[in-house]
Amino acid sequence: MLSVTVFFPLVAALVLAIPRLGDTVARWWWVAASLVEVILVVRLWSGYRTPAPGGLAYEQRVAWMPGVNSSYHVGLDGLSLPLVAMTSVVFLACSVYALRDADRPRSRAALFLGLETVCLGVFAAADLLVFFVFFDLSIVGMYFVIAGWGHGERQRSALRFFLYTFLGSLALLAGFIGLYLAASPHTFDIVALVKQNPLAGHGTLGAVVLGAILLGLAVKTPTVPFHTWLPPAHTDAPTIGSAVLAGVLLKLGAYGFVRIAMPMLPSAWRAWAWVVIVVGIVSVLVGALVALAQGNLKRMIAYTSVNHMGYVVLAVGAAGVLASNTAQARAVAVSGAVTQMVSHGLITAALFLLAGLFLERTGSYEISEYGGLATRAPRTTALFAVAAFASLGLPGLSGFIAEFQIFTGGIGAAPVTAIALLGILVISAALLWTLQRLFTGELRGRARAFTDVRAHEGIAIGLLLVLSLGIGVAPRPVLDVIEPAAHAVIGLVDR
Amino acid sequence: MMVALQSGGMRPLAMLPEILLFAGGLACLLGGSFTPRERQWRLRVVAAAALAASVIAALVGAGTGAAFEGGFAIDVGTTTARVVAAGATLLVLGLAGDEIAGAGRESETYALLLFATTGTLVLAGAHDLLVLAVGFLLASIPLYALVGLAGSAHAAEAALKTYLLGALFGILLLLGVTLLYGLAGTTAYPALAASLGAAPGPAVVVGVMAVIAGLMFKAGGVPAHFWVPDAAQGASGTVAAFVTTVPKVGALVAVFRLVVALPHGGGWEVLVGALAVLSMSVANLAAFGQDDPRRLLGWSTVSQVGYLLVPVAAAGRSDLALPALLLYLAGYALTNVAAFAVTTALPDARTLGDFAGLVRARPLLALALVVALLGLVGTPPTVVFVGKLLAATSAWDAGMAWLTALLLLNSLVSLFYYLRWIAPALLRDGRESALGAPRTWSTGVAIGASALSLLAGVLAGVLWHLVAGPLLG
Repeated sequence: MLSVTVFFPLVAALVLAIPRLGDTVARWWWVAASLVEVILVVRLWSGYRTPAPGGLAYEQRVAWMPGVNSSYHVGLDGLSLPLVAMTSVVFLACSVYALRDADRPRSRAALFLGLETVCLGVFAAADLLVFFVFFDLSIVGMYFVIAGWGHGERQRSALRFFLYTFLGSLALLAGFIGLYLAASPHTFDIVALVKQNPLAGHGTLGAVVLGAILLGLAVKTPTVPFHTWLPPAHTDAPTIGSAVLAGVLLKLGAYGFVRIAMPMLPSAWRAWAWVVIVVGIVSVLVGALVALAQGNLKRMIAYTSVNHMGYVVLAVGAAGVLASNTAQARAVAVSGAVTQMVSHGLITAALFLLAGLFLERTGSYEISEYGGLATRAPRTTALFAVAAFASLGLPGLSGFIAEFQIFTGGIGAAPVTAIALLGILVISAALLWTLQRLFTGELRGRARAFTDVRAHEGIAIGLLLVLSLGIGVAPRPVLDVIEPAAHAVIGLVDR
Repeated sequence: MMVALQSGGMRPLAMLPEILLFAGGLACLLGGSFTPRERQWRLRVVAAAALAASVIAALVGAGTGAAFEGGFAIDVGTTTARVVAAGATLLVLGLAGDEIAGAGRESETYALLLFATTGTLVLAGAHDLLVLAVGFLLASIPLYALVGLAGSAHAAEAALKTYLLGALFGILLLLGVTLLYGLAGTTAYPALAASLGAAPGPAVVVGVMAVIAGLMFKAGGVPAHFWVPDAAQGASGTVAAFVTTVPKVGALVAVFRLVVALPHGGGWEVLVGALAVLSMSVANLAAFGQDDPRRLLGWSTVSQVGYLLVPVAAAGRSDLALPALLLYLAGYALTNVAAFAVTTALPDARTLGDFAGLVRARPLLALALVVALLGLVGTPPTVVFVGKLLAATSAWDAGMAWLTALLLLNSLVSLFYYLRWIAPALLRDGRESALGAPRTWSTGVAIGASALSLLAGVLAGVLWHLVAGPLLG
C-alpha cells in the first residue's frame, strides 16, 4: 500500500513516455495522476493507527543489499505521514497551476511526477541507503527543473544549487557510513540503528558523525551560513519548481533532524544542541532582516523560507536541551517543528505560485514596479493577503499553530530562544510592507497590465490556503498524529 | 555452478575463457587476410562469438582453484574480471559496428582487442610474479598498436606516448619483479608474505613500488596516467572506450592480489591510498578545462582509477574491500562504455558545445548521456553509486576515514566537469546541425549500457552474490 503510493507517480510518469501523447492530454494526465495520488494518501491517513514507539505503520521490507544489511524498508509514523500528505497536496496544486503552461508540458509533467515519487520516498524511507538514494535523486530532479524550465541565469543557478546540495548529500553519506560502521552488527536500517544507539559512549566519533549529518541537513534545509544557494535557485526556477523546492525539498533536510540525527545520535545531539539553537536563531533573524531588504518579490519569499526553517531548527535544537521537567515542553517544540514543516510547505508554495503570476503576467518580480494592484486584481490581492498573514503567523492559520508550539516548547526548554521572537516581528514587517507596496496606493507601473488570477490558478493557490486555514482552525486531526511521534522522539533523545 | 576445482597440475582447461579469446583473436587475424573488406563484419561476429563463449565458459568454470602449478588463480576475482572484461569488450564491438566497419584495419582491430583482453585476464588471475609480468606484456603490446591504428596525427602522437610510457613502466615492473624474486627467493604469491617478511624492508618497498607503478600504467592511474587522455582523444572511439575500460579490470585485480599477498604491516595501504588520492585529485583538476568530450572522459577515467584504488588500499583489512572493487569495476566498465558510446554515436560533435540541443534532437541519447555521466559521479541508483559507497565504506572500515573523506570530496569536484557536458546537452535550442544523424549501433550501446547500469544498481543485491567470496589464498 505505501509502496504503491510512493511509486504511483513514477508509473504515471512512465506512461507519459508514450510517443503520440498530446500536450493537452499530458497536462490533464498530470492533474489526474496527482489527484489519484492525493486520494491514495487520504486512504493511508484514514487507515493510519499510531504505531508503538519505535515502530512504523504500513511497514514493508524487501532485501536489497544483504551484504551490507540494507533493505528496501519503508514505513510511516507521525513525523512522516503529515509530510507525505503535504507533499501530495503541493504537487497537486502545481499540476493544476500549470494547466495552461505550454512549455514542454509532457516532459515537465514526467519530471515532476518522478520528483514526487522521490520526495515521498525520502519521507517513507526506513533505511539510510534508501533515504539517501531518494535524497540525492531529489537534487538531480530539481537540477533538471531549474536548468530546463527556469529563466534568467538558470544554468548558473542550477549549477550552484547542484554543487551546493550535492556537497550536503555527500556529507550526509559520510555520516551514514559512520553510523553503519559503528553499529554492531553493521546495518543501514533506520529502525535498528535507532534501537541500537550505536555511538553512545563514543564522544568524539559521535560528534564527527553528527557534524557530517548536520552539515548535510543544514545545506538542504537551508540554515545560515549554508543558505546562499537558495535565493538564486528560487529566482531562476520556474514558478512550480520554486513551489516544490520551497514547499517540499527544504523539508527533506529538516525532516532528517527528527528522523535521523536526533534518535540515532542522542548523546551527541544533546551535547551540541546549543550550536543548533544558535544556528536556528541566527537563521531566523538573518532570514527576516534580509527578507526586509529585498526588492525582488521572489527573493523576499525565499528569505522568508530561511526565516521559517530557522524556527524548525531552533525547535529541534531546544528539544536537545536536557533539564528536569522539560520533557513535555520539548515534545511540544518537536511537534511544533513538524507542524511548521507542513504549514510552511503549504504557505510558501502558495506564495511562490502567487509570485509566479507577476512574472508570467508582466515579466518582473521587482516590487517597486508595481502598485495599487488591489483595484486591478482583487482576487490576487485577497489570496496574497491570506498567504502573507498565514506566513507571518496570524492566529486562525496554520503558521500560528506551528510557531506557537515552537515558542511555547522552545522557551520552556531554553529561554534564550525568546530572542527569535524578534524574527516574527521583522518578518511581519517585511510581509506587510510588501503587501502594502504591491497592492495599495495608486495603480502604477506594470500593475496596469496585470490580469487577475484565473480559475485554475485560483484553485491551485486556494487549495493550499484552505488547508492552511483548516489546520489553523481545527489543528487536532493533524496534532493527534504528530504528538505521539514527538513524544517518542523526545524519549529517544533523552536516552 | 560453484565447482570446487582441484589445485595443482597444469589443468589448461581451467583457462578455457582465455584460450577461447586468444583463439578468437587468431581466427580474426588469419580470417582477415581471406575476407574481402566489405565482408569483414563476419569477423566481428567471430570476435563476438569468442567473447560470448568466454563469458559462458567463465561462468560455468566459476569456483576456486588454480591452474599452471598455482601460478594462475581461479576465484571470484578472476571470474568477475573474465565476465566484466569480455562483456565490456563485447559492448566495445558494438561501437566498432559503426565506426570501423569497412575501414582498412577492421579485422586487425578485432584481433588486437581480443589479444589485449586475453592479456588483461592473465593479469587478473596472476598468482605469481612471473605470470604477472607475462600478463603485463600480453596486455600492453596490442595496446600500442590499437592506439595508433586510427592513423591520424593525434593517434600517432598518442601511440608514441603510450609506447614510451609502457616501455618505461614495463621495465620498472620487471625490475620490481626481479628485485622481489631476489629478496624472497620465490615468485609464488602464497609464499611471498613469509619470505618477504624476513627481507630488508627498504628493498621490499622499492620492489613493490616498482611493480605497482608498472601496473598503474595498465590501470591508467597516477603516476603512469599521461597516455590516457591522449589515447582517449587521439585513438578511434572504439579503441578509446576499450583502452580506458578493459585493461583497468586486470590491472586493479592484480594490484589487489599483490597487496593481499604482501607481508602485513608494511604500510602498503598508505602507498596505495596515496596513489588513489593522487589519481582522483590530479585527474579531476585536469578535467576542468577540457573541451573535447573524449579527452574529458579520458581524464575522468584516471580519476575513476583513483576511486577504484580505494578498496584496494583497504585490501585485507576490510571484508568489504573485495566486493567493493569487483562491483565497482563492473559498474565502471558498463558506465564508461556507455559514455564513450555517446561520443561515437555523434562523431561530429567534438566539443562540449556541439552537444547543445541534444535533448531536443535525440531525447533518448541525451538521457543515456545524463545517466552515464551522473553514474560516473556516483549518483544513486546507478551501480557505480553502489560501488563507490562500498569503496568509501571499506576504506573507513579499514581505519582510513581520511581516504573516505577525500573520495567523497573528489566526487563533488568531479560533478562540476560532468555538468559542463550535461548542461549544453539539455539546452532547448542548439545548433542541431552540429550533431548530425546518430549512428545506430553506438546509440543502441549507449542506451542499453546506461539502462543496464541503472538496473544493476537497483538489483545490486543479486550482483552482490556474484562477487562475494574469498580470493585464492
